Amino acid sequence: MNLLEVRHLQKAFGDNAVLRDISFEVHQGSVVAIIGPSGSGKSTLLRCMTMLETADSGEIDYGKLRMLRPLGNGRSAYADKATLKEIKKQFGLVFQNFNLFPHMSVLSNLIEAPVHVLGIKKDEAIAYARELLEKVGLSDKEAAYPCELSGGQQQRVAIARALAMKPNILFFDEPTSALDPELTGEILKVIRALAEENMTMVIVTHEMKFAHDVSDHVIFMDGGVIIEQGDPREVIDNPQNKRTQAFLSRITEA
Amino acid sequence: MEQVLGVFTYIGSMLSQMSEGIVNSLLIFAMTLLFSLPLGLLVAFGRMSRFKTVSLLFKFYISVMRGTPLMLQIILIYFGPYYLFRISPAQDALIPIIIAFVLNYAAYFAEIYRGGIESIVKGQYEAANVLGLSKPHTFIRIILPQVIKRILPAVTNEVITLVKDTSLAQILLHEEMFNLANVIAARECTIAPLLVAGLFYYLFNLLVAFVMGRIEKKLNYYQ
Repeated sequence: MNLLEVRHLQKAFGDNAVLRDISFEVHQGSVVAIIGPSGSGKSTLLRCMTMLETADSGEIDYGKLRMLRPLGNGRSAYADKATLKEIKKQFGLVFQNFNLFPHMSVLSNLIEAPVHVLGIKKDEAIAYARELLEKVGLSDKEAAYPCELSGGQQQRVAIARALAMKPNILFFDEPTSALDPELTGEILKVIRALAEENMTMVIVTHEMKFAHDVSDHVIFMDGGVIIEQGDPREVIDNPQNKRTQAFLSRITEA
Repeated sequence: MEQVLGVFTYIGSMLSQMSEGIVNSLLIFAMTLLFSLPLGLLVAFGRMSRFKTVSLLFKFYISVMRGTPLMLQIILIYFGPYYLFRISPAQDALIPIIIAFVLNYAAYFAEIYRGGIESIVKGQYEAANVLGLSKPHTFIRIILPQVIKRILPAVTNEVITLVKDTSLAQILLHEEMFNLANVIAARECTIAPLLVAGLFYYLFNLLVAFVMGRIEKKLNYYQ
């Protein structure tokens, strides 16, 4: 079953076409890694799927919920507010810069949306938040404030905050890029554990080895188009396209 | 000892002669804060409006309020209705004075709010958006608390200025503390009442700085 289908997605900033005809699917329980050089449109793609950017045209479906549908004249229309609100409950997003709420404790960060958006009772939300904190190894930090945590710990809180909404799909936008190299491991470990639980995830990443080991499907983007996609053992180990080969050799050399 | 006691008795008698003025000054101070702080937020929203005309209108409002003397604004608001509509000025000048103070201070507070609101990174809005939090909820629970922490030092400055600005009310109000001090000084041919008035402003502002400092400290639990 496909949790997410994207077809012919286009997005331009002024004259600058950032996404040009992007199509792919995300199956339930799969881990999709999106790789490619900076400026290739990876983050914009993620932001279009999470409604932080408005796509120009194309089609985006979350299961039966149609977020963006083509009108037939080359343009597309977004669904009504109620549907979009429903779709927002389908996914979570982990940012590169964590974006925790600095004035709230770790626990408050985790329960704010479940209580006020999903209408979950506060004590239930707290119980589930504690469960998630245990999962990301931060049980002892529920009363701490984000500024008291390391980058890696903040990102783990951010992952727990996204999970607290019980999303069907979790998006990651370069989750380790803002971290010191020695802290990336703890994040990748958490994502690996989620993959083992069959959490559906779409991860924009520069960590090639991680993408290779954890993902079921790799998408290589360059210049706003998908150059190559498929099994990581094929796309990363045995790339067919010259641009993929060039990108991967640059990465491994560095 | 007797001399020290004498000084205190003297100050006491000064203050009691100025008491009506002190009450009015405190009233202007409290009412101005009470109304201009929320009004300033509304003006800030107008100033940041997506609609060009609205934002220009509020920009003009702020520039006039900040660009002309508060004393002039007080006089215009008191006498304006008479010159425009031939409505005779109110017997009690206190309300027009407070209105002028509120309109003036709201403009200053609006710019402080705007600075604070614009300093919050986009990521805070995006995180709230992705979590499904509504726009009003995001502003009240996520953005505003962070804004308040950031603007507190600037607000303290304004509040301290307000304490001293209340003396401008004497242009229309006989029973204003500084004016009464002046009157007593002229009558008794001594500078002492003015020093007492100065001491009053100073101690009041010491209290303002202390209270604001406490609030700042309380918000220091995060960075």
